[in-house]
Amino acid sequence: MSFLTYLINGLSLGSIYAIIALGYTMVYGIAKMLNFAHGDFIMVGCYIIFSVSAALSGNSVIGIIVAVVLCTILGVTTEFVAYRPLRGAASPLAVLITAIGVSYLLENIALLIYGADIKSFSSVITWEGVSFAGGQLKIQGVTIVTILVSVVILIALQLFINKTKQGQAMLAASEDKGAAALMGINVNRTIALTFAIGSSLAAVAGALLCSAYPSLSPYTGAMPGIKAFVAAVLGGIGSIPGAMIGGMVLGIVEILSKTYISSQLSDAIVFGILVVVLLVKPTGILGRQMVEKV
Amino acid sequence: MSILEVKDLSVYYGVIQALKGISFHVNKGEIVALIGANGAGKTTTLHTLSGLISADSGTINYKGHELTRLPSHKIVTFGMAQVPEGRRVFAEMTVLQNLKMGAYTRNDKAEFEATLQRVYRRFPRLEERKSQLAGTLSGGEQQMLAMGRALMSHPDLILMDEPSMGLSPIFVNEIFSIIEDVNKDGVTVLLVEQNARKALSIANRAYVLETGTIAKEGDAKELLNDEAIRKAYLGE
Repeated sequence: MSFLTYLINGLSLGSIYAIIALGYTMVYGIAKMLNFAHGDFIMVGCYIIFSVSAALSGNSVIGIIVAVVLCTILGVTTEFVAYRPLRGAASPLAVLITAIGVSYLLENIALLIYGADIKSFSSVITWEGVSFAGGQLKIQGVTIVTILVSVVILIALQLFINKTKQGQAMLAASEDKGAAALMGINVNRTIALTFAIGSSLAAVAGALLCSAYPSLSPYTGAMPGIKAFVAAVLGGIGSIPGAMIGGMVLGIVEILSKTYISSQLSDAIVFGILVVVLLVKPTGILGRQMVEKV
Repeated sequence: MSILEVKDLSVYYGVIQALKGISFHVNKGEIVALIGANGAGKTTTLHTLSGLISADSGTINYKGHELTRLPSHKIVTFGMAQVPEGRRVFAEMTVLQNLKMGAYTRNDKAEFEATLQRVYRRFPRLEERKSQLAGTLSGGEQQMLAMGRALMSHPDLILMDEPSMGLSPIFVNEIFSIIEDVNKDGVTVLLVEQNARKALSIANRAYVLETGTIAKEGDAKELLNDEAIRKAYLGE
């Protein structure tokens, strides 16, 4: 029974990684850049929920809505101010280093406003959860909600990409920006939209992450951000189902290795998996190698 | 009546001047060929027309609209479409999805259906393969898809960049006869081709580009019989 509990917890942690990884992978897919500040958007989202809930004496629903809106604005603004001017720069490193700079900037702004001490985050999900088999198998409410939210997000994104004109434009622009522009697609606006979606998902991931692991500091987003990046690469960067699978695999491996092997080594195992997968299948689980046809 | 009027168009790549102030025009209903060697500036010219490259000086006037500083996604809305070099179909999308992208700027559902049927009639193979990923098509089929996709936007002028490149001789003939058919339906064509003989044989007029300048222009049939052209571009 306990194995099942760990598995479900792993699935839940994996769902959070997956939601973050979706932001990484969508932005990479279209802008061909790694937004290393993405993890810090999560942290910003958490602090916003923390502050708004405190101001409204515990109303976390409004906190989440405000966080999603502000993170979306933050993402679009960051893209416009910091990344767009560097698109088409001589070296792709320029925008990567800028992203790392944005990451430090956000962490230090948080440090300035909230200080370095860890804040205790009160869960946005108050539901106790359910028990099975006479209390032997207990699943927490936050675990169930996290998994459900990630599934809903995945389905919604797939529908958006495959069924809407904007989604199709996103797909087209991620393949060939020049050809997409020739079709009449405003590529810059499409990239901004991708950042908006990714950043709003970061806020959702933040709410779930801090509800499951309720300690909030300016560095809260850094490690989950990096692990979600690993998840995105593991699943095949640029692929939406890949991010989902990568996140789930990572979450389950992390929880199981924490439980059965060593809690100190769990991160080493997670990153070890990345190394192995990249050696065996450099494009990730669902990543495809495009064959150029003449 | 000229539909496209280009004056003194100059384009620089860094310090290198790719187009040195070229002027040309395309009349409504014509097929105009732009021929020349590799690096003469043919593709640069088309990319500047469709806004993928911005001009450093000069003007592009299309149907009375000044297009010179407009981004690509706006230019399509004026009724100018491009079939890019190397086809550049969206390989990970289906044939039908590609065609839908071609109609991105058109919002009328009934018009879309009618245009789609017209494109399917012209390219029956695209209808047969509408659910197939574009990346799995042969080179010739991809060229047809790129043409069909451009036609989906209802262009008055279609810019074609090396449509015969890399195709088998059978497909080359088919593609050129399709270009003639499209033109007979009232679409004006500006054709860039390395296959100068083929291009001149279907064109009304032609311009010869040499290292960023227009070296010669005139009636396509006359250029086809021009001694210097035959030597330089037709391999005789």
